[in-house]
Amino acid sequence: MKRLLLFIPVVLAVALGVVLFAGIGKDPNKLESALIGKPVPEFQLPDLHDEGRELNRELFRGQVSLLNVWGTWCPACRDEHDDLVWLAEEKGIRIVGLNYKDNRDDALVWLDRLGDPYQVSIYDPRGRLGFDLGVYGAPETYVIDAEGIVRHRHVGVVNEKVWEQDIEPLVKRYRENI
Amino acid sequence: MTRSVLIALLLFAYGPFLTAEPSDVYDFDTRAEEQRFHDLISELRCPKCQNQNIADSNAPISKDMREEAYQMMSSGASNDEIVGALVDRFGEFVRYKPQVESRTLLLWATPVIAVVIGLLVVAGIVIRSRRDNQGDSGLSAEERERASRILDGDGSDRTS
Repeated sequence: MKRLLLFIPVVLAVALGVVLFAGIGKDPNKLESALIGKPVPEFQLPDLHDEGRELNRELFRGQVSLLNVWGTWCPACRDEHDDLVWLAEEKGIRIVGLNYKDNRDDALVWLDRLGDPYQVSIYDPRGRLGFDLGVYGAPETYVIDAEGIVRHRHVGVVNEKVWEQDIEPLVKRYRENI
Repeated sequence: MTRSVLIALLLFAYGPFLTAEPSDVYDFDTRAEEQRFHDLISELRCPKCQNQNIADSNAPISKDMREEAYQMMSSGASNDEIVGALVDRFGEFVRYKPQVESRTLLLWATPVIAVVIGLLVVAGIVIRSRRDNQGDSGLSAEERERASRILDGDGSDRTS
């Protein structure tokens, strides 16, 4: 019995090791969105291309979309832009753009020069919708199902690897649910 | 001499931090309201910079969060409502003091559990040592006799 008690420190050390090891490789900068499983927050914002056209969350109804938060001030957004164009053109993904805390003219020049992967572009210069979504750094990409429910958030650049591993399976799954 | 140089170096080293206060200014009717606002934003964590509260952080998102807290406060919201509104957007992460619920129970209970285990260990050691000290030292009658001979110091038993 006494001898068994001597093993307690070893057991504790191993348990601590397992707990700490589980944390290795997890990126602490990636937070789970608080909106998973909830509808996209309500908003009334203009279209980036057409000042007079008001958009609201109904635009997510009917098909699975990606909501991509970007701005011309964000270098990583430039980085992922070509991949978004590839997704829109080659994979036929519906991408909704949220131009976040940006300037309309700069944004339009950017889309003109680099190509426009967005079927709809929301213009949010004051970041209201971004704030309600809990955006804490662009770029962020949300998977939104055909009911307008947020299913996944990816913080950071979307590239081929992220698409294949994280986003494509979800898009496929929610497309089948329609 | 070396001391004043050291002090000067320290002042230089900390200088940038002293001026890192957020520059936006909010108006309050009373001192108490201002204190309440300050206490509130000190308890909320910046989702971008992670180890700073939104009172200290200069990140744009922290500025937005302070602004939202101020607006809500001005329109009469309670602290719980303000924190709730931010948690709904950014998740439990923004609380520096997580709520007691099934998921965080272990977090809150661990200190208590550790102290209780410590007390049990100490109590166990004390009880055991008391019990061992009482009466019997575990020597047979013959050994006892030999021990007292050695202690008395006649030396005749030393070599055996």
